[in-house]
Amino acid sequence: MTAKAATITSGKGGVGKTTATANLGVALASAGYRVVCIDGDIGLRNLDVVMGLENRIVYDLVDVIEGRCKLRQALIKDKRLADLYLIPAAQTRDKTAVSPQDMVKLVKDLRTDFDWVLIDSPAGIERGFRNAIAPADLVLIITNPEVSAVRDADRIIGLVEAEEKSPPKLIVNRVKPEMVKRGDMLSTVDILDVLAIDLIGVVPEDDAVTVATNQGSPAVLDARSRAGKAFRDIARRMNGEDVPFESLESKDGFFGRISRIVRPGGAS
Amino acid sequence: MNFLDRLRGDRRSATAAKERLQLVLIHDRADFPPGKLEALKDDLIATLSRHVDIDTKRVNISLTQDRHQQRLVADIPLAPPRARRKEIR
Ligand SMILES: Nc1ncnc2c1ncn2[C@@H]1O[C@H](COP(=O)(O)OP(=O)(O)OP(=O)(O)O)[C@@H](O)[C@H]1O
Ligand SMILES: [Mg+2]
Repeated sequence: MTAKAATITSGKGGVGKTTATANLGVALASAGYRVVCIDGDIGLRNLDVVMGLENRIVYDLVDVIEGRCKLRQALIKDKRLADLYLIPAAQTRDKTAVSPQDMVKLVKDLRTDFDWVLIDSPAGIERGFRNAIAPADLVLIITNPEVSAVRDADRIIGLVEAEEKSPPKLIVNRVKPEMVKRGDMLSTVDILDVLAIDLIGVVPEDDAVTVATNQGSPAVLDARSRAGKAFRDIARRMNGEDVPFESLESKDGFFGRISRIVRPGGAS
Repeated sequence: MNFLDRLRGDRRSATAAKERLQLVLIHDRADFPPGKLEALKDDLIATLSRHVDIDTKRVNISLTQDRHQQRLVADIPLAPPRARRKEIR
């Protein structure tokens, strides 16, 4: 096995990076892949609670990097899925405790045992972001249908391109179809018109995400959640499957335009 | 037209969002903020005015972008001939 590393990042804070990392981790593991999620938000550990694993933490990312424990001692096994693991962030340190080279080395050590390494990036464009994208084979940029979030996504696209990574892919999260139909929210087509990036998924605003986070059980596990379905579709596209985009936003044209804009294909 | 449409002058806020986004991204990508563009415009008007009478109020300078190229586009109308003659007199 040699894992692919995917980093979920955004620029703007609070747009859904941690939610996406947890859900994609669960979706990929449910589909039979061996997955490890790394919380890259050092000092603001959160992925553990979103995945419901906060009570199992002994060691963290910085313990591994500074040699206080073996890598496998910091791997926390998921409660529900046999092939899902978490490496939590350190809570009482800051981003400077880790370097981009440390992350590359860590992910290299994980590659032989996993199919996917998912990295939850902190907000911003500083050290934590640099650490998170250093080992990435695939960068997923997440945004919300708002001017400020899309603007920050554009900045991130530029920074990822400057790193000579393969082209990043876009997730539009928290779409409210009713508002888009009414003309009071940017549509996915609007966003793709202004950003030079391919789309990999559109996730609706969904109360199930809040409920899931309350319970520490990602929405992907809820078969009725529309956001969960959207994350399952993204996981399939990450593996190269050509999954059609569901028409969340309008009956007229969304389908046709999206399929023109998006080149099918996955992580490569 | 419903009540809400009338309230916002029939302009959908998503349209406004997209236009603002397009403009802000052009300036971000060029690393050339709107305030600097205004300063450039003032300098340009001062320089040009030494050579030709221009209609300063209608001068328009903007940053544009197509796929591969960002460019400054200047539209510099000359002062109407009558006004020019008057000044000469
Ligand atoms: N599709 C969605 N529907 C409803 N709520 C959502 C959705 N996606 C995210 N949220 C909520 O938005 C909030 C922020 O999400 P999250 O913590 O994943 O963002 P983040 O990008 O990781 O934030 P930070 O930059 O602080 O790390 C959370 O309360 C989460 O439950
Ligand atoms: Mg987060």
